[in-house]
Amino acid sequence: MSIWEYANPKKFLTTSERVLPVLWVLAGVLCAVGLIWGFFFTPDDYRQGASVKIMFVHVPAAFIAINAWFMMLVASLIWVIRRHHVSALAAKAAAPVGVVMTLIALITGALWGHQIWGTWWVWDPRLTSFLVLFLFYLGYIALWSAIEDPDTAADLTSILCLVGSVFAVLSRYAVLFWNQGLHQGASLSLDKEENVADAFSNPLYVCMAGFGFLFLVLVLYRTGTEIRARRIRALMMRERMDA
Amino acid sequence: MPDLGKYAFDVLASYGASLLLLGGLLALTLGRGAKVRQDMHKMEQRSKSRG
Repeated sequence: MSIWEYANPKKFLTTSERVLPVLWVLAGVLCAVGLIWGFFFTPDDYRQGASVKIMFVHVPAAFIAINAWFMMLVASLIWVIRRHHVSALAAKAAAPVGVVMTLIALITGALWGHQIWGTWWVWDPRLTSFLVLFLFYLGYIALWSAIEDPDTAADLTSILCLVGSVFAVLSRYAVLFWNQGLHQGASLSLDKEENVADAFSNPLYVCMAGFGFLFLVLVLYRTGTEIRARRIRALMMRERMDA
Repeated sequence: MPDLGKYAFDVLASYGASLLLLGGLLALTLGRGAKVRQDMHKMEQRSKSRG
């Protein structure tokens, strides 16, 4: 069995139909448990007080926002190299999920910064690169809808995705590149000294897993929808040619 | 309900905005998915009946 079997739309649809119910349940349960745990059952931080609870939506959303773009990049590269339609449609399907996650990260970050930094926004390297990433997501979605021919749209959006990857990397590592912004470093670290306390990190891991599964389930479902929409277009074209 | 003190607005707004955006995304995703499924079913029936 090879992973390329899933490049066949029919195989992709039958497999995703089989796994989607389990993934929906996993995503729902993990998100609910993580968010309820984080909101109701975590203590206040000694410096940030109750505002630390924002972390349980901000960090997972930002994590998915960046990684969604990388998933789109891999899918776009597969399209460019191997011309598998399913991979181009998967990239297209992931973009609205990524844009919503980026927007959540920006909004919750502004609300958190309002309390902790005393400002809603600052032109900090990480915040700025995240805003640029958000604009790239919008541009990517707009480009898909602006071009009628799906193959041309897939080609052009793949190039845009490649260029935007620079900002996805910057969003993740800007704090390390320029040590001049207000944004802190990574909240989670393998180094016990640097990591946040277990009382915060444990629910955060659950939230991140929940958001991860939510992303996966949404992308699989949306890719299925895109495959079906493509099939409808093909059937309509055939009807027009027969008429 | 935990006591959020002076952070109540920002914390509640964060959770509210996030849940609203995720709920909207879910509704749009499932709505379009159901519509496209229905359309495809209709199209396939039509092309089958035409032979």
